[in-house]
Amino acid sequence: MSSETETRDVIARRVARELHDGMYVNLGIGLPTRVPNYLDPGTEVIMQSENGMLGVGQYPYEGEEDPDIINAGKETVTELPGTSYVSSAASFGMIRGGHIDVTILGALEVDEKGNLANWAIPGKMLKGMGGAMDLVAGAKRVIVAMEHTTKEGKPKIMTRCRLPLTGVGVVNLIVTELGVIEVMPKGLLVRELSPGVTMDDIQKATEAKLLTTASA
Amino acid sequence: MDKRVVNADSAIARIQDGATIMMGGFGLCGIPENLIDALRRKGAKDLTIISNNAGVDDFGIGLLLQNKQVRKMISSYVGENKMFEQLALKKEIDVELNPQGTLAERIRAGGAGIRAFFTPTGYGTAAAEGKETREFDGRQCVLVPWLRAQFAFIKGWKGDRWGNVTYRKTAGNFNEMMATAADYVIAEVEEIVDLGKLDPNCIQTPGVFVDAIFQGANYKKRIERRTVRKR
Repeated sequence: MSSETETRDVIARRVARELHDGMYVNLGIGLPTRVPNYLDPGTEVIMQSENGMLGVGQYPYEGEEDPDIINAGKETVTELPGTSYVSSAASFGMIRGGHIDVTILGALEVDEKGNLANWAIPGKMLKGMGGAMDLVAGAKRVIVAMEHTTKEGKPKIMTRCRLPLTGVGVVNLIVTELGVIEVMPKGLLVRELSPGVTMDDIQKATEAKLLTTASA
Repeated sequence: MDKRVVNADSAIARIQDGATIMMGGFGLCGIPENLIDALRRKGAKDLTIISNNAGVDDFGIGLLLQNKQVRKMISSYVGENKMFEQLALKKEIDVELNPQGTLAERIRAGGAGIRAFFTPTGYGTAAAEGKETREFDGRQCVLVPWLRAQFAFIKGWKGDRWGNVTYRKTAGNFNEMMATAADYVIAEVEEIVDLGKLDPNCIQTPGVFVDAIFQGANYKKRIERRTVRKR
């Protein structure tokens, strides 16, 4: 991969294939916000934002920003025909109540039990978990979209998360630039390898033992 | 019945040092700008503020932090504020972090008379530390109590003299629940309209929840992250 942006776009493009017409989807901040760029035309996916918006549109044209229309990343967005607004309590009711089909978010660490750590690093200023704990506890499917290793090349897919957890046994699928990994009762199953990536390559970049279709 | 007061300063006259105050808003969207300014002018100290975020350095709740008026924040995300970070590191301010949905539901419960509830959110994480847990149909849940306050500062779009309030787009966020969960609820709105002008089907906060209401002035509605696309 020649650049960070390209890597992130590869991941976003692959995640987009997990989304289908009619789904309600919540996108985390950062990489996940690129996913809608890769949806097939004609695939109508409704984006939910936990600050109380169902049916999030694109960024506004310059000069058309409305300070009263923002997403959970506090970015200015637009509404669509069919958009609705609700209170924060009702919005998290949608999430916790299992009405959101998929949530896509980044991670600091994921482990072979599907545990997720993405909100705090000991020793650093605590910023808060925001809505992440509710999203992973409530969405029907949790997809982690992230670069396979840290900037220093250290594994992020672990035997056991070491950082403070966001949720226990919550992750269903992990999509990285190296491949697609499903969290199974027996462990982490490699569903797909990216072009040019071998099983050996992906295992070397991963702390947890990866399973193949044959071994699972 | 007329719940109108002349301005923010008279609305907050009864707030003392040490008060607990809910403040609506998500980021800088839907925050009670006039009431925050008045509270800064008044200078009440040792406040406990319940709000999803802590504003930015020079706007919103950041103005109260700057003025050293806040002893404790109950929030879900406080990451946009360097002033807050410094105060927290020097232990000049306490912070209680809640998962955002748990915070929203605690406030909703506070207004609806539900003393506590079990939620799956945060089970097995720091958010569940020291809390009772129980399994329901194979799902582990955490017991959390309601949340109420002495005062709530609400920012609405339109309101009337009965205290009915509507909100505009995503500026509703926490305002709607907070309007139900405090002993004394003050609503500032962009426009006070005559009784009967609000569509009864669209009133999100019925007047029963509101104690005082006024038309705010000079709204800045600052945008935290201006994102645009090319034409």
